[in-house]
Amino acid sequence: MSVELKRRKAVQEDSVAQYERMIEIREFEEQINGLFAAGLIRGTTHLCLGQEALAVGLASVLRPTDIVSATYRGHGIALALGLSPEAVLGEIMGKTIGCCGGVGGSMHLSNMDLGLLPTSAIIGGGMPIAAGAALSFQVRKTDDVAVAVFGDGAANIGAFHETLNLASIWNLPVVFICDNNVYGEYSRINITTPIEDLHMRADSYNMPHFSLDGMDIGVVQKGVTEAVNRARSGGGPTLIEAKTYRFAGHSRADQALYRPEGELEKWQKRDPIKLTEESLVASGALNAEKIAKIQSDMKATIEKVVATCQASPEPNLASMFQNIFTPAKVGR
Amino acid sequence: MGTTTPMRFRQAIVSALADEMRADSTVMLFGEDVAEAEGPFKTSEGLLAEFGPLRIRDTPISEMGFTGAAVGAAIMGMKPVVEIMFMEFLGVALDQLVTEAAKMRYLSNGKLSVPMVVRASVGSGLGFGCQHSQTLENWVAATPGLKVVCPSDAQSAYSLMRASIQDPDPVMILEPRILYAERGEVDTSLSLPIGKARVLRKGIDITVVALGQMVNVARNAIEKSGLDVELIDLATVVPWDREGVLASVKKTGRLVVVEEAPKSGGWGSEIVAAATSELFSQLKGAPFRITTPDVPVPYSGVLEARFVPTADDVARQLIESFKSGTSPKSWWELEGLK
Repeated sequence: MSVELKRRKAVQEDSVAQYERMIEIREFEEQINGLFAAGLIRGTTHLCLGQEALAVGLASVLRPTDIVSATYRGHGIALALGLSPEAVLGEIMGKTIGCCGGVGGSMHLSNMDLGLLPTSAIIGGGMPIAAGAALSFQVRKTDDVAVAVFGDGAANIGAFHETLNLASIWNLPVVFICDNNVYGEYSRINITTPIEDLHMRADSYNMPHFSLDGMDIGVVQKGVTEAVNRARSGGGPTLIEAKTYRFAGHSRADQALYRPEGELEKWQKRDPIKLTEESLVASGALNAEKIAKIQSDMKATIEKVVATCQASPEPNLASMFQNIFTPAKVGR
Repeated sequence: MGTTTPMRFRQAIVSALADEMRADSTVMLFGEDVAEAEGPFKTSEGLLAEFGPLRIRDTPISEMGFTGAAVGAAIMGMKPVVEIMFMEFLGVALDQLVTEAAKMRYLSNGKLSVPMVVRASVGSGLGFGCQHSQTLENWVAATPGLKVVCPSDAQSAYSLMRASIQDPDPVMILEPRILYAERGEVDTSLSLPIGKARVLRKGIDITVVALGQMVNVARNAIEKSGLDVELIDLATVVPWDREGVLASVKKTGRLVVVEEAPKSGGWGSEIVAAATSELFSQLKGAPFRITTPDVPVPYSGVLEARFVPTADDVARQLIESFKSGTSPKSWWELEGLK
């Protein structure tokens, strides 16, 4: 079993491993701005700080053979699904150790052994593709499912409506997860969207739907499991709206000065990491000492990852010309 | 010639929008985060404050919807300017621009006019990856009924914006993102008509035609080459300045086009084809194009810097072709890559 599949297995089996993965994502994302300042990352990045419970929650209940389409805010989902921190950070740094060999960048992470399609930098771009993956499962009669993760902004684009309609009339085994983090790029949801409970839109497509607390990993797991089970058993698609909050700005350049005063602080009181800690301490799985050790170990781990990625070579010129078309084969 | 004011490329865009909005109350601007946030690239700074929320509007992430709304508003006599944050986001709205807006005059027996402007940031060089770095002139350049312009400095950003808003037909403005922060001098009284190329440097050895961010590259290359090159900023891709470009090629007998687009199907093919077929007997050397390779824009900084034509490489090809009269190999052919 590959290292990455082992990482996936760990979050599928163990709640402390899930917590550790959330800490990994948090620590990873917090490193990014520093690496930018140091000139080790260029372009842009979109952080998922505050959205760790959704990423790890869904990874923990999906099989590696299930297919996930996600977005440019994808570092957390990629790590949660099992990509190594080196594969993700290496890609963000444009190095050969990255999951796309350095030609993709922060917005384009993938690993098909773990079911992660290349994440899309186009709003709503991954939704029809997830439906298509589900179509292949339906036609080939497997019980795998496809999951499309997208933001609240996507709910106003044609692809959202077209895909929900198609998935519903074809009864596809797909789960739509709207990660409603309140902001679409620089705009709060109330400016761009007449409703804030986006899951209600599934009514128009006669599709089961519900919202859940995306800050609580246990709630995420329960909700995603319900929808995934429905899809696996031929019950068709579901629209889940996970209520989360984007702790950082939209992208590297955005300091999120447009937030109403106190909103961030209010959500930070329900920081998914804190909630998970409380729950694991209550169950006896963790205590203060263990938590401190996990966090300091993770800091050291991520520092090592940074060093490894820094030492990884730059891609050579030939890599620019690869993987554009399928290499010609002799015969069929 | 009037007096000039120093401003950045992005400020020239803001100034042109503001001047048009002051002059014409039907001009309005909408797009994602253009109002409250004043544009992701700060190309609408101060506009909401001056013109208010009726004319400066934030939209949802709904490019098809708001581009189509511009078509309808334009038909009814408004002059909407819509901003597409990254050119790739136009993909979901192409129908409204290419299939609806560009056909309205034709399909109304000349009764309808669609005086709308679609602005989109384009181009590579900033590490945004292959879904946010293309120039994609060809998405729009093969559409009769749609004009396409591309500024290369603050002056052309200002003047082409004003010309585009004043134009009675739909105009697409491709704004090289890498130039937004670049400083320049702007004479607000200078008009640059759509369809007219700009001769930025007179010369007799070679005619170089460039567009957008390649204009700076070409200028630097010309300096390095030591040749007396005539530099033309094409400025308008459709309808391109056939007369101006061919007059220059007639004079120099040589043509080199510098493009940011991939080699296959770039706008420069049209220029080279026209010069070759119309001036064949007067040419002193083979007209040719310097382009990017036929690959998606790579993310890695090392690769992206090589992907796009560099001043050194353009200078090499100018010198080689001037000596031999033949078209030089691309850098990737020299490296044995394809």
